[in-house]
This record gives sequence, C-alpha cells and structure tokens, in this order.
Amino acid sequence: MLDLRDLDVFYGGIRALKSISLHVSEGELVTLIGSNGAGKTTTLRAISGLLRPRKGTIVYDGEPIHALSPYHIVQRGISHCPEGRHIFGNLTVDENLRLGAIQRRDAREVRRDRDWVFSLFPVLAERLRQLGGTLSGGEQQMLAIARSLMSKPRLILLDEPSLGLAPVLVDTIFDVLRQLKESGRTILLVEQNARLALDIADRGYVLETGRLILQDTAEALRANEQVEQSYLGG
Amino acid sequence: MSFLEYMLQQTINALSIGSLYALMAIGLAMVFGILRLINFAHGDMMMVASYSALALLLAGLPYWVVVPIVVLITAFAGILMERFAYRPIRGAPDVAMLLTSFAVTIILENSVVMMIGARSRPFPVPEFLRAVYHYGNVTVASVNVVAIIATAILLVLLTLFVTRTDIGISMRAAADDMTAAQLMGIPINRVIAAAFAIGSGLAAVAGLLWTAKVGKVDPYMGFFPVLKAFVAAVIGGFGTIPGAVLGGFVLGSLEISLQGLLPGQWSSYRDALVFGILIVVLLVRPNGILGARAREEI
Amino acid sequence: MDGIGTRPETKAPDWRRVAAIATPLLLLSLLPLYATFGASAYEQRVIIVLGIDIMLVLSLNLFNGFTGVFSLGHVGFMALGAYGSAILSMPVAHKAINLPELPAWLAGVELGFLPSILTAGLLAAVVAVVIGLPVLRLSGHYVAVATLSFLVIVRVVLINATPFTRGSRTFFGTPAYTSVWWVYAWVLITIYIAWRILRSPYGRAMLAQREDRVAALAVGVNVLRTRMLPFVLSAFLTAVAGALWGHYILSFSPNAFYFTETFAIITMLVVGGMGSISGSVVGTVLIVLLTETLRELERGFDLGFVQVPPLYGLSQILMAVAFISVLIFRREGLLGNTEINFMRLFSKRERTADKNE
Repeated sequence: MLDLRDLDVFYGGIRALKSISLHVSEGELVTLIGSNGAGKTTTLRAISGLLRPRKGTIVYDGEPIHALSPYHIVQRGISHCPEGRHIFGNLTVDENLRLGAIQRRDAREVRRDRDWVFSLFPVLAERLRQLGGTLSGGEQQMLAIARSLMSKPRLILLDEPSLGLAPVLVDTIFDVLRQLKESGRTILLVEQNARLALDIADRGYVLETGRLILQDTAEALRANEQVEQSYLGG
Repeated sequence: MSFLEYMLQQTINALSIGSLYALMAIGLAMVFGILRLINFAHGDMMMVASYSALALLLAGLPYWVVVPIVVLITAFAGILMERFAYRPIRGAPDVAMLLTSFAVTIILENSVVMMIGARSRPFPVPEFLRAVYHYGNVTVASVNVVAIIATAILLVLLTLFVTRTDIGISMRAAADDMTAAQLMGIPINRVIAAAFAIGSGLAAVAGLLWTAKVGKVDPYMGFFPVLKAFVAAVIGGFGTIPGAVLGGFVLGSLEISLQGLLPGQWSSYRDALVFGILIVVLLVRPNGILGARAREEI
Repeated sequence: MDGIGTRPETKAPDWRRVAAIATPLLLLSLLPLYATFGASAYEQRVIIVLGIDIMLVLSLNLFNGFTGVFSLGHVGFMALGAYGSAILSMPVAHKAINLPELPAWLAGVELGFLPSILTAGLLAAVVAVVIGLPVLRLSGHYVAVATLSFLVIVRVVLINATPFTRGSRTFFGTPAYTSVWWVYAWVLITIYIAWRILRSPYGRAMLAQREDRVAALAVGVNVLRTRMLPFVLSAFLTAVAGALWGHYILSFSPNAFYFTETFAIITMLVVGGMGSISGSVVGTVLIVLLTETLRELERGFDLGFVQVPPLYGLSQILMAVAFISVLIFRREGLLGNTEINFMRLFSKRERTADKNE
C-alpha cells in the first residue's frame, strides 16, 4: 500500500533521513522504533506532506505522493496523528472532531463514525463541549487519535501515542490500537516505547540517526539481541 | 449637564469609536492569528472602500446599493493583496512580512495619489448619517448609533460564521495550530484568502463609517486608524477575534476618558499616551487582556 | 572595508592591507571632491543628501545588523537631531522672532555647529537609553512595533510642542552650516564605528547567530545589554545625520520625519544587505540614484510621439515594488552580510579568498 524508496529528507542544511526505504502492506501494523532524533517523526512528516523529500519517492496505492500537499494526502485517505498531540486547544472537543472530518461530504457516515469513536473513547462524549486545552494529557491523546479517525483513513500514521502518559492510559490507547488493527486498518506506528510497539506490530523497522539499521518481523525484532539491549532494556 | 447625561454621552462616544476600532482590529487579528503577519496595509482597505464608494456615489448610485458593492470590492482587494504580496513570501521571518506590508501600503497609497491626487476630497455623506439628535443635554450623532448597531450585527454574523461553518472553524483551527490544521486537510489557501476577505470587508464598513463621520477622503486616511487598530488588537489579546473586539472597545473607552481627563493643552498628547500604553502592554502583558497562548520568541 | 579573506597565517604584506583600506576610502572621497570641483548645484545636492542617507542607513544597520532586530523608529532620532541642533544653534535674535515661546533657558543659548550637533546627538542617546530599557527586551517583531510606536509618539510631540517646534508648520531659520566635507567626514566616522563593532570578534559572532537567537541565549548572552550599546550608538549617529540634514535643508516640518523617510531608509538597508557595511553604501547609492531618476520621470516626459503626464507617487511605488522583489527573490539583499573584498584587487598570487565568511 505504502512504499518509501531511498528517501532523503533535509531540515535546512541537515540531512535528517538517508536513503530510507520501507513499505507497509494493507492491513498491517508496522512500527518504526529508534532513539530520540533518529528521524522517525521526520519520516511520518514526509509521508503526510509537511516535509518534501529531496530525493527518493513515496508511493501510495501505486501513485507517487511525495510532492503532494497535506490537503491532498488527507484526501487520499492518509491521516497523520502527530507527536505531541497537537489538538486545537482553543476549540471544543466537538469542533476538534468536526475538523477531523472536514474533507468529508457524507454527513450520515460522519455521524456514524462519531458514535463509533465515542464507543472507543467514551470520555470524549462526556467532554464534548469542553475546550481541548482543558483536557488531561491522556484525554488529549484520545482526542487526537479520534480526530484522525474521523477522516475515515485507510492508512493511519501515529506518532508517539504513549508519550507522557500514565501506564493505565497507555494500556487503554494500545487496546484501541489493537481494535483498529483487528478491524482491518493499516497503521504505521512510531513509538519510543519499543516493547509496547513490538508487542502489537506485525513488522518493524529500526532507525538510527536517519538510517534504517534493522528491519524484520516483530517477533524477530523482539528476540534480537541488539534491539533487546538498545531499545528494550531501557 | 448632569453626571448621568455626561456618562451617557461619553458611553455612546466610546462605544461608537470602539466599534470602529473593533471592526478594524478583527481583520488584523484574523490575519495575524493564522499567518503571524502584521498587515499594516489593512488600513488601506478603509481607503479603497471609501474611494470606491465615492466613485459609485458620484456615478449616481444610491447609498444603500453602494454599501454592499463596496464591501465586496474591498473583500476582493484583500484577496488580491494576499495573493500577490503575501503568498509569495509565506514562511518568511515575521519582520520581513511586516516590512512587506509597509511596501504594500506605499504602493496602494501612492497609486491613489498618482491616479487621483493627494488632496483630500469631500465625500457626499447621506442625510440619514448626518443627522444629529438632541435629548436634553446629550447629543447623539446618528452615524455613531449606526456604527454601534452595524458592528453588533456584524459581530453576531461573524460569530456564527466562525462557529458554524467549516471555513470559519478551519480559520480558528489554523490560528490555533497551523500544523495540525494542515494535517486535517484544511484547504489552507482558501482559508487564508477567506480571512483576508472577511477582514477587508469589515474594514470597508469601518471605512465607510469613518468617512461618514469625517466627511472627506484622502489617500493616507487609513494609516493612523490601522495603527490604532493595532493597539486595540494588542491590548485585547492579539491574534484572537474576541481579543480584537474587546481591545477595540477598551481603546475607545481609553481615548474618550483621556480626552476628558487630560487638562486643556495636553489633550492633543492623547495619541502619544495611547502609544505609550501600547509599549507598556507589550512589556507587561504582551498577550493582551485575553492572553492568547504565549509563543516562545527570543 | 578590509578583505575578509585574510587569515592569520597568510597575512598579506602591509602595503596591501593599506591599499585595501585606502581604495574604498578614496572611492568614497571622490564624491565630495566632485561636489566641490565641478558638479552642478543639482549634483551637489544629490551628493550631500547621498552622504546623509549613507550615514542614516549605516546607523540603522549598526543596530539591525548587529542584533538582527528591526527598529522602525530611528527616524524619530533623526527628528531629535534636526530640531535639537537647529534650536541650539539658531542665533538668539532669530530665536526671538521664530520661536518666541521658547522657554528662557533655551532662548538664550547659541552654540556653534559642532557643539550643537553633538549635543543633539547626546540628547538622542539619552532618549535611546530611556526607550531602550523597556523596548529592547521584547522579541523580534514586537520590538519593531514598539519602535514604530516611538516614531508616532515623537511625531505627536513634534506637532504639539509648538513653542519648540512650531508644531506642524514649517520650521525655518536653521543656520546653514552643513558642507559636503562635513557630511563625508561624518560618513567616515560612522563607517569606522560600524566597522569596529560589526567586525569585532564579538560582533561577528552576533552576526552569525542573528538568525538563531536561541543559541545566542544559550551561550549566555544578555539580550538587553548587548542590544543597548548598538541602539544608543546608532541613535546618536542617526541624530547627528538628522542635524546635518537640518543644517543643510534649513527648513523642515514633522512630515519629513515620518513614515516615508522610514521606509526609504529601510529599503536602502534591505537592498544593500543587512549586516554589510559596503552593502549599505551600495544599496543607498543605488536607491538614491533610482529615486532621483524616477523623480525626473514623475514630472512627466516627452517620448516624442506621446506625452506622459506627471505621475506623482510613481517613484514611491516603484521603490516599494523593488523592495518586495528583493524580499521575494533575494532576501539577504545585494551583499547579504558580507563585504566587498578589496583585498582581491591586490592579491594575485594568493588563491582567491572566499567572499563569504
């Protein structure tokens, strides 16, 4: 479904990604792990159109998308839930969700999706009229994911959903991720918490300072000594 | 004049001038909220509106037809301005964009000077706006009443727009968090153009009201009002619409109070004081009364 | 304008350094020389105004190039210089007629040329300290806005302090002291001061960090203190330039010290390149020449087959368009923050030194 090939991405004069190649097949949950600054977020930003690669291609459903703006990327069914949540603090929960579906024209389907999202995260229904900025960290993360789901994406890019959250909340969120995976959605998950990520993923890639150093099935990575030491021990 | 009459008089004056500042400040705030651009050329939208109105009135069209046409013309001018002056430099450092807005001001003002002339011209103010009513010792100019009512109506419409329509909510989202807004797939160019259009349209109304009060137009008429509008927006909370509105009325009240309080020969220093207050506000509470989310800047 | 390519190990022989410094200075002195011997009255005027503009642009560059922060209020200091020096130097008898309401302590004062402009400059410096304390703490474009407020405040004061300034009416009676040599002597002084500050090691570090102020703070740079000295210095020099201008043009009004002048100076600065001394000179020369040419065209001209009518305001429009174009296509200006490398004229055997730092 998604195919990155030899991607080079620069931040100003600094090369953030070097020759990244990875792919995600439909229905898979693929995870991108690695230490801070490895380039995981950069990869997602390149896919969602916030960054333009200097070299290489990104192909989605057979169509090159690396030169498209975020507007067109969302149109094609890719949704990026960014690191740090980035919910609209001055807008209500309701408005946040509405924005998630801003491109959609099918009102009835949208309403059904809202109900579904509320079934995944019941607390959001309670806080519907509250401003996003008044929500707790965990609730904001739920809102961010819910908002991404409102665009009815076929491919979900998730960046660090567990960041800064208490373990209980993390479990809740990863339960939802599991549900999403079981319902057939394709997910590309970036995670600091490699253990959690590899528990849930089908396959994984390991990034280090902008390069891909390992790729394998999740099981194999879990058993891998190097991964064990660098990313799971900590 | 009794104290009550005095307060009533001053309140009406403050509300009416506050309305004008609020209308102008909203346009500045909307654009700044989304683009971080302080658009000083916004004042020239007042000027464009007034000159367009003058041309149409002299051509014989009745005032009530002229007003909506002028608002549309000015909104369109705002869209053009964004497209050709600001979109090419989007992403530039804030100061570069501010300076560009100065350049746009100069281009607009001097175009009028070049084509029409620098002298001020009388504006045929319609009868209903020239009327003045007396209630005891209180003098009420109808233009002031119209200003207050028009602003109230426009504010209601604007609020509906930014809370009920997709574009309106997208605008608020973009001002809140541009990155996230982009990730939602908001049509960013359309949203920005809409912000300019609405802001300019409101400036057109402010311009027509101003012209009705002053009775004449000149190419530089928008410069000082936009500076004042900027002060209003900063005081209220720069970057948000409620902040702009609040700031407009606060500034209006401030000006009227200063005018009353300052002893005779010092009253003309009122404007200097207003700008001094701006500096103080920037120092003490740069995010204004309503305190929009602080941004880290060095 | 010493070459930047000189590295300690390959220090050029003394005569080359002298030549590299002397060349631009000689080039510069061509202007006053021409003005004195052979130029028409019109050309003399242009050369004098050019010199004053160079001084204004360099003074602004001193602050902006050093701190990366924009002051939009510098023309306010120019006004202080012009009005201040004019009032101080005006003969007492004239003061009685032109400024009858002047307070007694001022009405009796009559200073010579140099003391007047220096006093006016000092006054501006003091005001700069007072303004700088609150304003220089602010960030990026808030400083620009706050200094713009200063400009407006100065204007309001000028218009209202009628005993001192004759309000919005024309101020006249300034003693005609300015000569082209005075102007260019001060230009030289300004260049020297700008050179010392911008090219000092500290200055160069600040220049490099101009875009990255987070790094500057991390290194422990006290923002207020580092900005204050260039601000005060540039205010002083701007005021002196204003005084020189006042003593040349002899009569002026508050309108000369407002938005139009501000934008003209900023255009010259941006076109030439912020942080570059030679850039400021080049930018100013270019814009002044452009303006003069355009101003001629503004009066209307005859193309032979068609009469183009007067188009007042056209020069301003074209300047603004030029300004926007620079911002779009070459934001760093003609010279960015590098200097014209005169060393290259004199070093043939050395490998070509970089133009960029």
